[in-house]
Amino acid sequence: MREFAYARARSVDAAVALVADNPEARYLGGGTNLVDLMELGVERPELLVDVTGLPLDDVTEDGAALRVGALVRNSDLAAHPLVRERYPVLSQALLAGASGQLRNAATTGGNLVQRTRCVYFTDATKPCNKRMPGSGCPAIEGEHHNLAILGASDHCVATHPSDLAVALAALDARVDLQDLAGPHEIPLVDFYRPVGDRPDLELTVQDGALVTGVALPPLPAGARSAYRKVRERASYAFAIASVAAVLVVEDGLVSDVRIGLGAVASHPWRARVAERALLGGPATEAAFEAAAEAELDSATPLRDNAYKVPLVRDLVVAVLAGLAGER
Amino acid sequence: MTRFWQAAPSVGHPLTRIEGLDKVTGRARYAGDVAVPGLAYGAVVPATIPRGRVLNLDVEATLAMPGVLAVVHRDNAPRLTDIGEGTLFLFQGDRVAHWGAPVALVVADTPERAREAAERMRVDYFPEPPDTVFRADHPGLYEPEYVNPRNPTVTGKGDVDAALAGAAVVVDAEYRTPAQHNNAMEPHSATAVRSDGRITLHTSTQYAYGVVPTLSKLFGFAPGTLRVLSEHVGGGFGNKGMPPRPDTVLAVMAATLVGRPVRVTLTRPQLWPLTGYRTPTAQRIRLGADQDGRLVALEHRAALQTSRLHEFTEQAAVYSRPMYGAENMRTSHRVVALDVPTPRWMRAPGEAPGSFALESAMDELAEACGVDPVELRLRNEPAVDPTTGQAFSSRRLADCLRVGASRFGWAGRDPRPAVRRDGRWWRGTGVAGAHYPARAAPTTAHATALPDGSFVVRVAASDIGTGARTVLTQLAADALEVPVDQVRVLIGDSGFGPAMGAGGSMGTASWSWPVVTACRELAGRLAAGEPLPPDGLTSTFDSTAAIGARADYARYAFGAHFAEVAVDVTTGEVRVPRLTGVYAVGRVVNPLTARSQSIGGMTMGLSTALLEESSMDGRFGDWVNHNLADYHVATNADVGEIDVTYVDDPDDELNPSGVKGLGEIGIVGVAAAIANAAWHATGVRQRELPITPARAAR
Ligand SMILES: Cc1cc2nc3c(=O)[nH]c(=O)nc-3n(C[C@H](O)[C@H](O)[C@H](O)COP(=O)(O)OP(=O)(O)OC[C@H]3O[C@@H](n4cnc5c(N)ncnc54)[C@H](O)[C@@H]3O)c2cc1C
Ligand code: SF4
Repeated sequence: MREFAYARARSVDAAVALVADNPEARYLGGGTNLVDLMELGVERPELLVDVTGLPLDDVTEDGAALRVGALVRNSDLAAHPLVRERYPVLSQALLAGASGQLRNAATTGGNLVQRTRCVYFTDATKPCNKRMPGSGCPAIEGEHHNLAILGASDHCVATHPSDLAVALAALDARVDLQDLAGPHEIPLVDFYRPVGDRPDLELTVQDGALVTGVALPPLPAGARSAYRKVRERASYAFAIASVAAVLVVEDGLVSDVRIGLGAVASHPWRARVAERALLGGPATEAAFEAAAEAELDSATPLRDNAYKVPLVRDLVVAVLAGLAGER
Repeated sequence: MTRFWQAAPSVGHPLTRIEGLDKVTGRARYAGDVAVPGLAYGAVVPATIPRGRVLNLDVEATLAMPGVLAVVHRDNAPRLTDIGEGTLFLFQGDRVAHWGAPVALVVADTPERAREAAERMRVDYFPEPPDTVFRADHPGLYEPEYVNPRNPTVTGKGDVDAALAGAAVVVDAEYRTPAQHNNAMEPHSATAVRSDGRITLHTSTQYAYGVVPTLSKLFGFAPGTLRVLSEHVGGGFGNKGMPPRPDTVLAVMAATLVGRPVRVTLTRPQLWPLTGYRTPTAQRIRLGADQDGRLVALEHRAALQTSRLHEFTEQAAVYSRPMYGAENMRTSHRVVALDVPTPRWMRAPGEAPGSFALESAMDELAEACGVDPVELRLRNEPAVDPTTGQAFSSRRLADCLRVGASRFGWAGRDPRPAVRRDGRWWRGTGVAGAHYPARAAPTTAHATALPDGSFVVRVAASDIGTGARTVLTQLAADALEVPVDQVRVLIGDSGFGPAMGAGGSMGTASWSWPVVTACRELAGRLAAGEPLPPDGLTSTFDSTAAIGARADYARYAFGAHFAEVAVDVTTGEVRVPRLTGVYAVGRVVNPLTARSQSIGGMTMGLSTALLEESSMDGRFGDWVNHNLADYHVATNADVGEIDVTYVDDPDDELNPSGVKGLGEIGIVGVAAAIANAAWHATGVRQRELPITPARAAR
């Protein structure tokens, strides 16, 4: 581990000023991912700017929307009465992640910016295009049983590990940011950059932009939502597939549907193809299955992760059927 | 042998762990916690090729880094004697035998600086093409001279092929188990302190005494030079057994070179290639039986891997030798030496993977014959050890099966697979038998009566979290006929003399033999009025001769496991809501620590069934999931209800305390019981572990 300096940010502006134009600086949230990566020699910052003292730790109502500060801990967000009432999918996704201790430490902002768990990325003795651009991607021929089936490239097949982000994708959440130019906001699904030939560049925003919060728009009337995660171990394990879904059914027809898929791509995957196929059509298992299959038409599974294709399909069907059947 | 089976005042009671409070309050000092003035820290520089040579080490640049005191490597390391233990023959040449093998040790004033300098060190290699991937048909497989611990490689009687050809029912199947890593919570750590020509080594070992002769031979130390201390050990599961691991050698080398005490603690990823693992196995079982399921032939063939540094052959097929009776039997092993780290002991080495194969095949036989799987096992109970012809000192497998069936509610089970759908889940139940050898090894212990009326017992035992210290205190107290609080048992010090390690489920049997004998003798001397000198009166006993004089018996603990399994119809997620374990393990000294061992073993069996798999990337010769986030061991949420019972198993042919070990039998057969239940739930046979959602029926 490289020796590093530590500073406590006194204000959002001060934090951004310290980190934004220093490629060797990192924000420190709960530290549950960053400090791990530092111990592994994957991250080697010279300066950590601790943002946990910033006044960004509230959940507030903003008209019909909900604003979540970037420093709200995962446990607090999951337990928040308004979240549980209005966005069960979000609460369920958070509680399906990590462990109680980790959720107590992990922040909303840190969770969105956490790095992939690809085993070559986390091992500094191995090549990896994401960690060391141009060194190659050993996962494609190697250990990839839990890597991407959608949207991957020949350069990287990593997945994004967050459960929270999958729910936020399905909720049409927006990310609040601040960089040297000031505050701005973008849809969560546009916050992540498609892999392409630069897997080291993960976000669309400027380096050193501080996530200050997340905005959750209201769900349409009659919406039901749910998150289901499949993992190899009953708790304390990353997803091998997950589905976050919001569904509105009127007179047997799908009037609104949003589907986020986790553990299938380098970022939370919004299943737009499936959504389009379902909208206005019947809310039946057959329709859900056809829609899931349409989405997975573009899947490019590797030697050891092809099991994910039928798994994701069946999971989408089970979650949507569950929501459609709830009355 | 006289029977020591009467009701005892302490033995049989659930005494809580003597060091429990120290552990939960952080007062207990583990090897890596012992405070030593002037301590320096060593960090391993691991090889990053699987095979080849080290061409150049950039020692100069490393020495210039902050805090670095020295670099130990092939040019400055002490010359060692080749004792036939390649994993410890460190820095003696330029060969790289596997990924992760130490090529240098950086010593610095803080652990962080040592680690940073080690990670930055530039090493140039001449790589050679490696052979790292285990396959059941690897052309390099051969029959070793013997298998662990010193069992014959092949056993046989009758004519298996002819019997199979004539059998009414035949099962012929291959079973696979992956490499697994022990992953004790406490990493391996060694601290070497030199003073006055002597060396004290604080290390995390299951076998404090055993470290001494090995390192003394290796370094050429005169007797009395080395003392090994391991007061508390944070888990081992075989991984801290013999031989000592490289951290011990590195700490001694470094302390010699820098003239300061040095601590070497391995990181989690370094534990994987340096401290041992369970070999992957491919096992073929052929069973022949009559229509009623009575075996006429049993064959068990195992293929295993070892490293090029050391031949270590896990005794997987040995499980089948005493278990079920057949006129025609054959068991055999083949091993292949690869460019990989050296496999070592992991909880029930041999029995754990071997039982998965045989107990799964028995379930397939039960299906093929239409006989209930419990009944099938009862029908194949042998009168004597079917391989050696020896009488059993006691054999209570049938009791375990019957008691287990009744506690679990087995009666009336519908044998048909895939007919129990319950909402999201397919449900099923399964059973497996289990056994584990009951052995003891020579050990010396001392019992001292002090003038204040208290007693001190010294034996170089290890408590790796099992409760060994506690049960020895109970046994000693009863032998001395005093309350437990008058007895202090000191362990984990090689200076107490030769002693078996915590391994092979032999700890309590081995240590208690001289402890109980010396304590009884001491009590007799005191009763006879022998005067008590100011520094105490001591009785010492060495069990070597007594063990050698035992009658010729097959000595085993037996058990049975029952599992209920639920498989998610959509995702293939497998859950185990219920496990029942019934054991015949001789005398249960402490029901509390015994239960902990049993539920721990069963949980590790569940973990084996569903989760644990070290994934080798053959290009690197490295297991790439070398951390506890990617290598899954069972969590509380994976474990449902566990029911543990012990059946009466008085056995006079064991040792003075009548104990059989119970540290390992809890894992034996559990994976088979779960795999059999998964078949019962879904109708899909699970012949390969672990049963992940990707493999389970969907
Ligand atoms: C064993 C284990 C199991 C886990 N299992 C799961 C799981 O099942 N599901 C799941 O979703 N997650 C899981 N996690 C991951 C966990 O959720 C993340 O580590 C956590 O959410 C990260 O939040 P943090 O505040 O600790 O981030 P940190 O570690 O502090 O930071 C992570 C990254 O985000 C950056 N960062 C932090 N705050 C900000 C900010 N406000 N703006 C911009 N950048 C920022 C940091 O610079 C760093 O690059 C697991 C983690 C572990 C260790
Ligand atoms: S998948 Fe991506 S993160 Fe993993 S090794 Fe390849 S480039 Fe690196």
